[in-house]
This record gives sequence, C-alpha cells and structure tokens, in this order.
Amino acid sequence: MVERNTFRLMLLILGVVFAFLYIPISVLVGLSFNEGGLPTAWTGFSVKWYGALLENDDILQAAGNTLVVAVFSTVLSTILGSLLAVGVEIRRRNGKWLETIIFAPMIIPDIVLAIALLSFFSLLGVAMGLHTIIVSHVVFNLAFVCAVVRARLKSFDWSIVEASADLGASTFTTLRRVVLPVLMPAIMAGSLLGFTLSVDEFIIAFFTAGAGRSSITLPMQIFAMIRFGVTPEINALATVVMAVSVVALALSQRLNRGGLPGQ
Amino acid sequence: MTSDRRPLILMTPALLWLFGLMVVPCVLILALAFFRRGIYGGIEYTLTFENIALVFDPLYFHIFMKSAGIAGLSAAIACVLGYAAAYAIAAMPRRHQPMLLFFAVLPFWSNYLVRTYAWIVLLNREGLIVNLARWIGYQGELPSMLYTESAVVVGLVYNYLPFVILSCYAPLSRLNPDIAEASRDLGASGWTTFRRVTLPMSLPGIATGFVFVFVLSIGNFVTPALLGGGQFQMIGNLVYAQFLTANDWPFGAALSMVLILVMLGLLMLQAVVAERASGGKGQDG
Repeated sequence: MVERNTFRLMLLILGVVFAFLYIPISVLVGLSFNEGGLPTAWTGFSVKWYGALLENDDILQAAGNTLVVAVFSTVLSTILGSLLAVGVEIRRRNGKWLETIIFAPMIIPDIVLAIALLSFFSLLGVAMGLHTIIVSHVVFNLAFVCAVVRARLKSFDWSIVEASADLGASTFTTLRRVVLPVLMPAIMAGSLLGFTLSVDEFIIAFFTAGAGRSSITLPMQIFAMIRFGVTPEINALATVVMAVSVVALALSQRLNRGGLPGQ
Repeated sequence: MTSDRRPLILMTPALLWLFGLMVVPCVLILALAFFRRGIYGGIEYTLTFENIALVFDPLYFHIFMKSAGIAGLSAAIACVLGYAAAYAIAAMPRRHQPMLLFFAVLPFWSNYLVRTYAWIVLLNREGLIVNLARWIGYQGELPSMLYTESAVVVGLVYNYLPFVILSCYAPLSRLNPDIAEASRDLGASGWTTFRRVTLPMSLPGIATGFVFVFVLSIGNFVTPALLGGGQFQMIGNLVYAQFLTANDWPFGAALSMVLILVMLGLLMLQAVVAERASGGKGQDG
C-alpha cells in the first residue's frame, strides 16, 4: 500500500515539474497561431504572423546573419574539435591543465568570455562584425564537438588502427579510411549540436558584433524586440527558433545514440 | 618516438585557438582590472588597486550581495524541484527513464531568450495569468508580477532546472537498490533510509546542480534585464553597463575578476564534495 502511494506521489511530482517546464513554451507556441494575436482571446487559427515574419526585412537580415555565423563557426569547430578529440584520445595521458583548457569553454560563464573577447578585439584594434562573432563562437563550439567525439572514441577499438598500420597504411590513410568512418556519426552529431548552440547564442554575439545593425543576429534581434513588449510577431519568431533547435537536437541524438552531451 | 608527436599535431590548431581566443583574453581581463580608467573612457596604464577596492564599496558590494542572494535562492529552489523530479524519474520503470529524462532536458536546448520571453507572455499585465484570474472571477487589482525580483527568480529556476534534473539523476540512477533494501531490512523506515542513505549518496549531484545554477545566475544579465525590467541591477547588468554604456572597462574588469573568483571557489568546493562522496563511501554508516 505504501509502495503504491509512493508511486502516485512520484507521478504527481513528475506531472507538476513537466507542467512547469512545458506550459510556458506551449502557451507561446499556441499564441503564435492565434489570429487576433492577443493573449486575451482566441479568435481562430492562423499562420499570418509567420507570414509577417517573411515580410520583415530586419528579421530576414538577422536570420541571414545567423545562418552565416552558424555555418562558418560550425565548419571550423567541427574540424578543430574532431582533430583535438582524436589527438587527445590517442595521447591518453593528458595533464590536468590540458583537460582544464579543453573543458573550460563549456563552463566559463558567457558574460566573462564575452567581455574578455570584446576587450581583446578592441585593444588589438580589430574591426568587429560577423567574423569576430564566428571566431568567438568557435571557442565554445569546438569544445562541445570535441566532447561528443571523445565520448565516441572511448569505445573505439584501437587495435584496428594498429592493424591498419601493420598492413602498411600511412597515418593519414589510417585516419581517413579507418578512424573517420567510425567517427562520422559522432562528428555529425557534434557539429549539429554546435550549429544549434551557435544559432541560439546571444551574449557573446551581442558583445563581439560591433556597433551598427549590419551584423545583428537573430537572438540579438529577438532581444531588441522583447524589450519593447509582447507582440504576436515575436511569438511566431520564437516558435520558429525553438523548432530549429529541437529538430537539430533530435537529429543529433539520432545520429549519436550515446546520450546527451554532458551526461 | 615520432608516434608521440603525432597526436600533438592534431591537437595544435584547436589548442592555439583556445589559447589565443580564450586564455589570452581572460588573462587580459585580469590585467585590465589593475589599470586606471582614462579621463575619456580609455585605459591609462598605471597600476592601481582602486578598481578592486571600488567593488567592495558599499554601493556596489550591496549589488553583489543581492545578486548572490537571488542566485542562491534560485539555485536552492531549482535543487529542490530538480532533485524531486530526478528522484521520481529514477523511481519509474527502467525502460521509461531515458525518454522521461530526454523530455526533462529538451527545453534546456531551446533558445534561452525564448524561454525567458515565454514568462513575459505569462506574467505581463495583459498576460495569461492575469486573464486566467479574471476568467475565474477575480475582480480586484492584481499585484504586478512582471518586473519583480520573484519574476527573475522564476525565470532563472525555469531556465536551469533541466540541468539540475540531469545532475541529480546521475547518482540516483547509479544507486544500488540493494543498499536501500539492506537499510530497510535492518529496520530503517522509508524516510530514514532516504535521509541516511539515498540523500547522502546523491549529494554530489545536488552540489553540481546548485553550483551550476548559482554560477550562471549570479553573472546573468539577460534575465534581470527582461524579467526584472531594469527595476534593479544584478552584477551581470553592472558589468554589462561598464563595458557598453559607462565605458569604465577597468572597473568592469575588476567586477568580472571578483565574479570569476567566486565562481572558481564554488567549482572547487563542488569538486571537494564530489571527491568526499566517492572517497568516503565505505566509511559512512
């Protein structure tokens, strides 16, 4: 009897926590389809607010910038992060300082890295724009790619590398023909994760974008819009951004059945 | 011999990147804190401890303590909710657990601004909660919910709760059910077993969750700006202002430095808790 009551209590807790987690975003998604656009009354299903997004030049420009930043930073961090992961795992015995440096980008608070990069770029006299956002995003992205690829390498059978070398393959050939195919799912998963993180990243982009509207990204645009209050357009935009993240994450999970990074 | 060098070649590009764009800029921030602010907002390269001293000036120290209070409250609430949720997930049939965990963490991967904005939609003067109250029949004036300290705390808890669930679930899922059973066989009640066995063994997960939420909350400037509506400042907003509006970089750097030290201290404390838990397993009883 006690067991059954405990189980019911557990279900209740799960219900409350999941409601807390999902009601706010569900309301947002629901309202984005409300024809009238106001939270006060449901006036019918409509996608007109999504249409409005496509006619808003500011949003389109920001979306374009975000895509450029995400694609370039993802490509760079995928290459750097994967190589780093393979190197670190071959080496095995890595000093504590090395592990700390590789792990640091994931735990350094965004604001610290953001102001550090802002001061760095301005003291060097670097003109800021999309390029500075890209190189800054690579810093944390490569750490995440590296973590995902390393997780995969933990279960990697290194004897096939030795076999490949014994059969006369050069190091490069072994990497390309033996290691890379095995790692491909993890590399893809890591790069998708990096892509999501870059699309969503706000603080570092905000500090390293420089002045002016030309290098504004989607999160920066959303931040600017939110400060003026609730509009049905933001609801629609927020839903789109959320959908992109969820799809990319789901794909990443499917490719790499090793669980969520950080686990 | 050469095989020792090969992995280094693979690692070099990434390590150079991290060194040039993470280590050097962070060291630069630490250095900036000891320079003087120029008359026109630039940096004067004379050594001074004024910036550090200014952080402990009552005016700013008050903001620091207030941020710590809000971060601590958020972390505590997130830990209670997150631990309860993780415990409940671990109590479900094993085959359902990965799915439940996935959906508990999913919101964490959506945009931070969007998640914060969702609370503006709920809490604002024409928002859903006010409408719901009217619909139920409440006629009176409702207290303003948005742009308050509580709104900021709710926003922080909401944003970081998934991480706490994840960090608390890890030790709970590894918990050997035989131990709890042994405790019960020895006559301990369910509550005693929880308090004396389960809870101490899951302490590292709780500590990780607490430190994570605290660290991310104390330096946060987005949530106070959006849900606090500029009604009060947290340390993150103060840093933000020094760099983007007040143009006092050395003071901003000093604030960040103190912030980093607090964070590092907490992370070290958490590492100690984790070590104790793994090292002291056999002795506790």
